Amino acid sequence: MLWACVLLPQLALDGVMRRRAEPDRPLALISGTAQRRVLQTVNATARELGLRPGQSLTSAHAMTREFDTVEYDPKQTEHWHRLLAAWAYRFSSQVSLKYPRVLLMEVESSFGLFGPWPVFEARLRQELTAMGFSHRIVVAPNPLAARMLANAHDGLAVTCNDSLLQRLEQMPVNRLGLSQEVSTALGRMGLQCLRQVLALPRDTLARRFPAHVLQHLDTLIGRRPMALECYVPPDHFETRIELNFDVESHQALLFPLKRMIADLALFLGGRDSGVQRFVIHLEHVPSVGSTAPDTLINVGLLSAEREANMLFELARGRLEQVVVPSPVRALKLQAKDLPAFVPSHRELFDERPQQSMPWEQLRERLRARLGDEAVSGLSFHADHRPECAWQPTALSKPASGFNPVLRPGWLLRKPEPLAEPGLRVLAGPERIESGWWDGGDVRRDYYLIETRSGQRGWAYRSVGGDSGLLLHGWFA
Amino acid sequence: MMGAVVSLDALLDERRVWKGRPQVQPVAAQPTGHALLDAALPIGGWPPAALTEILIPANGSGELRLLWPTLARLADSGERIVLVAPPYVPYPQAWQSAGVDVRQLSVINANDTDALWAVEQCLRSGSCGAVLCWPSKVDDRALRRLQVAAETGETLAFACRGQQAAANPSPAALRIAIDVRPSQLRVLKCRGGLAPSSPIPFTTDA
Repeated sequence: MLWACVLLPQLALDGVMRRRAEPDRPLALISGTAQRRVLQTVNATARELGLRPGQSLTSAHAMTREFDTVEYDPKQTEHWHRLLAAWAYRFSSQVSLKYPRVLLMEVESSFGLFGPWPVFEARLRQELTAMGFSHRIVVAPNPLAARMLANAHDGLAVTCNDSLLQRLEQMPVNRLGLSQEVSTALGRMGLQCLRQVLALPRDTLARRFPAHVLQHLDTLIGRRPMALECYVPPDHFETRIELNFDVESHQALLFPLKRMIADLALFLGGRDSGVQRFVIHLEHVPSVGSTAPDTLINVGLLSAEREANMLFELARGRLEQVVVPSPVRALKLQAKDLPAFVPSHRELFDERPQQSMPWEQLRERLRARLGDEAVSGLSFHADHRPECAWQPTALSKPASGFNPVLRPGWLLRKPEPLAEPGLRVLAGPERIESGWWDGGDVRRDYYLIETRSGQRGWAYRSVGGDSGLLLHGWFA
Repeated sequence: MMGAVVSLDALLDERRVWKGRPQVQPVAAQPTGHALLDAALPIGGWPPAALTEILIPANGSGELRLLWPTLARLADSGERIVLVAPPYVPYPQAWQSAGVDVRQLSVINANDTDALWAVEQCLRSGSCGAVLCWPSKVDDRALRRLQVAAETGETLAFACRGQQAAANPSPAALRIAIDVRPSQLRVLKCRGGLAPSSPIPFTTDA
């Protein structure tokens, strides 16, 4: 087995940066108590201004005020960590979150699918860069060695235990993941790199140090197996973005929404599922004395989808219909219904090369803008009453059992009185009498009529009624 | 006298003489299903991937009889037929009797402005065989958009409009007016040839 260690050196900062529309603005994450605010991390442009992690906010403000601050939130970092685990789950079934800011994944069994390691690695790097996470990747025959080598290397691939030992022997003692006091003690004994430590007799090491030191070293060089808890993807998806300003327009919500949906698509890709229904919560600024309820935007699809652009397009269509009653402070996306994704059937040789969008996708787009009920099929229902003979649903079985009587191509939704002189009755009456059992009792005599202008219509008169003809359809 | 003789080649080179060139005939014409109409149209059917305007005195004047054979053929070959904001409900029994498989039929309900948007989306997607619409108040630019969308998606587009629109120019590739009394078709404009001058009889017996 080969284990890849993906080290994310600035996970917290990247997580915040990728949600900002202008990544080039100086930014610092701050933490600490209200009395002493400290810069936790800074981005590259802030570093150019002279800001350093560990500075107090007061001294940073003494130098410049030209930078944005965001509260450092360990929970958010944890969220990103899990999201990336969901992403890594696409590439390997064994992903571990044992170490903070690190993804450990078993890669050798995935080579058959993703190609040899250089190709595979290029793909991982490309996707991480596209998501906006800086990273270091190292491969080693055991997870602990991969983790420790990532402390000093990037892009290193060690594939057998012999070369692993050579590499590890050169590692300095204080970067091997040993506790502070152990590595200090080793340093004071004059042991600088692992080769010198391994050259010592085992029993003396065992006598001088606690048992876990030897265990750690054995695991590192692959003499002792390591048990890892594997990541299991959750059954639903939820993400939340807190905007650090109040937003009242749709436009400003689109960028965070796009990021959230990209994350959703990422998660779905890892789980090999699609989404059928998701909810966008717009959390409003609480007004004085009362809490404003969230505005909910339901996005429902007829079939499971997971393509990020399409999901965004649909969500955008729904969002633009919504009137935002008060400023929005945060956005939340929840997806609970995650059925298996079945790719739609495509012909190898499409008759029309320009066919850019399949009907299912088009239908979703129309429903997103026009409303859920806007697109309907048409089916025949075996009933003699014309208004009951059609239904706005599509049936899968072919219509059958209709009798070849003359019926108009157009049916009026509501019959209209026909108060026109010069009508000519061409045929009729045809008696339609039905529905006494369900309350919609109908007794009508239908006539085929022709208007003075020559149009042919279908009109009726209720049996026993004295009213004029009511137009019910056109023979178009 | 001799000085007035000008070489024909020289005239042609100066491009002062208009020369009628044979038009390249599009291959995949869509037959209308009405033999007389097919014979009268220069390409022998509906212009493929283009907008056709059908001008009628009022809704329900024979537009369905004109289109049903085409729709039936498209539905049989598994193409989707979309009706965008039809004026009335299509009566499935009648459509089925005309040979149109109603399972291939989709109806989109929308108001005037959204309907145009929906038509354009359907045409552009290229996933529909034919798109029918009833634009009530529509200007030249909107029709041109539909024409371009039909070209992009290679889809048959039909717009049913009132006959008062016949006086205005239109970017549609084919314009046909339906007269009820006497029952006849008049081709007002057709791309790729001269419009036949005499009306085409349109039998009432569907």
